[in-house]
Amino acid sequence: MSSRARELLSDGTLTEDALASLQRVLLGFALGTLVAVPVGFLMGWYPVARGLLEPYVQFFRTIPPLALIPLVIVLMGIGETPKIFVIFLAAFMSCVVAAFQGVTGVDRTLIDAARVLGASDRTVFLKVVIPASTPFILVGMRIGLGAAWATVVAAEMIGAQKGLGFEMVHAQTYYDVPTIFVGLISIGVIGLVMDRLLLLAERRLTAWQERR
Amino acid sequence: MSPKISFRDVVKTYPMKNTTFTALGQVSLDIGDREFVAVVGPSGCGKSTLLSMVAGLVEPTSGTVTVDGAPVTGPGPDRGVIFQQYALFPWLTVRGNVEFGLKLAHVPAAERRRRADHAIELVGLADFADALPKTLSGGMKQRCAIARAYAVDPEVLLMDEPFGALDALTRVQLQDQLLDTWTQERRTVLFITHDVDEAVYLAGRVVVMAARPGRIHRVIDVDLPYPRTEEIRLSAEFARIRNDVWTHVYHQSPAGSAA
Ligand SMILES: Nc1ncnc2c1ncn2[C@@H]1O[C@H](COP(=O)(O)OP(=O)(O)O)[C@@H](O)[C@H]1O
Ligand SMILES: [Mg+2]
Repeated sequence: MSSRARELLSDGTLTEDALASLQRVLLGFALGTLVAVPVGFLMGWYPVARGLLEPYVQFFRTIPPLALIPLVIVLMGIGETPKIFVIFLAAFMSCVVAAFQGVTGVDRTLIDAARVLGASDRTVFLKVVIPASTPFILVGMRIGLGAAWATVVAAEMIGAQKGLGFEMVHAQTYYDVPTIFVGLISIGVIGLVMDRLLLLAERRLTAWQERR
Repeated sequence: MSPKISFRDVVKTYPMKNTTFTALGQVSLDIGDREFVAVVGPSGCGKSTLLSMVAGLVEPTSGTVTVDGAPVTGPGPDRGVIFQQYALFPWLTVRGNVEFGLKLAHVPAAERRRRADHAIELVGLADFADALPKTLSGGMKQRCAIARAYAVDPEVLLMDEPFGALDALTRVQLQDQLLDTWTQERRTVLFITHDVDEAVYLAGRVVVMAARPGRIHRVIDVDLPYPRTEEIRLSAEFARIRNDVWTHVYHQSPAGSAA
């Protein structure tokens, strides 16, 4: 197996596959987070937005993103778009709920403390609600990244020219167990590294938190 | 002289399942400019509600609350509030917290720094100006919250059981510090506590409230000179007033029959 790993590394296949998978994940994850944070804030801050959006979010959250693949393929074909879309959804769902809960969970007295010092609603939002919900959002992002990574590999099994998931399905048809193992381990290692990086960012950005 | 803070027939009710709950029924009270008034009463009698209405965080159901003759329409930096739970912004340092209100008031950076440092100095936190709240003890957190309120120089100071969660020694230190500051630059103070000793030691007037519905039971003058000293705290007159307040807090007749 290690010789297979060396082969795959030296001919560049492994790096290429890993980069292809990573690129999809990071793009889908970035888009998902970028949309989820404002939507989550909107839901947490405006009761109307909450009433409108929460039922959908709660419902779609119960559907595993992978279960949407057949539908997405029918609607979007088998190019890059459906894969990134599914990853986007996986990241979005984890992150939107976290942002929403972050906002609704902000300590009432912190908001009052800002208001009595003269803060407008806008200032309360920018200077209190956003920093106070950052820890929630970062946790949501970590969960979202995990979900996105799990999804990309599966999505690549359906039709791709490159990627760790594709390489494994390909190897499966030739009973090439070493390649499958190399794929599995790569997926594990990359997932772990990404999670640790986000954990590190989380620790640094929320060092002010009292941890019990 | 017209009062600084005035409650006129103030009622506060909260809607319940199929009734309304009267948190505060018909309260009228005047607080003079630069007066120090303490409010004591059993828990749930509406003390925080009373204070929040002056702060502009809670609206009366009926009646009016005025500051300088104008009805309160919302919170503002002319009335500083100190909460029992400190309510510090945990992501800001002590100085960051103290500068928060000054930034909102667009005080220029240099001036802001000077005023924040002055307030921090005043409460004895100079060595901790760059510390995060999580590294501070309860007493230091409350000092920081007090500095944050002082920094914007409010005319009215509203304190809701500010020392309630602190140990006895820290509490006495903060009481003395509060009185020191108050005698130097007199503001109007509305101070809520459940500690009768604290109320009598600090205030010129003690308002005793009763519950169900929340109302004013008695107003007792504290005819003790400032500055209040250890000697005064141990005097016979202090004991007499304290007993008087105590009696009215803990031996209240049931609602309706109270005078
Ligand atoms: N938002 C609210 N909704 C319903 N009841 C409330 C609300 N705020 C306060 N109350 C009730 O009003 C009463 C007075 O509360 P409060 O002013 O906090 O009393 P105190 O500070 O004297 O303990 C209490 O019985 C409390 O349960
Ligand atoms: Mg209270």
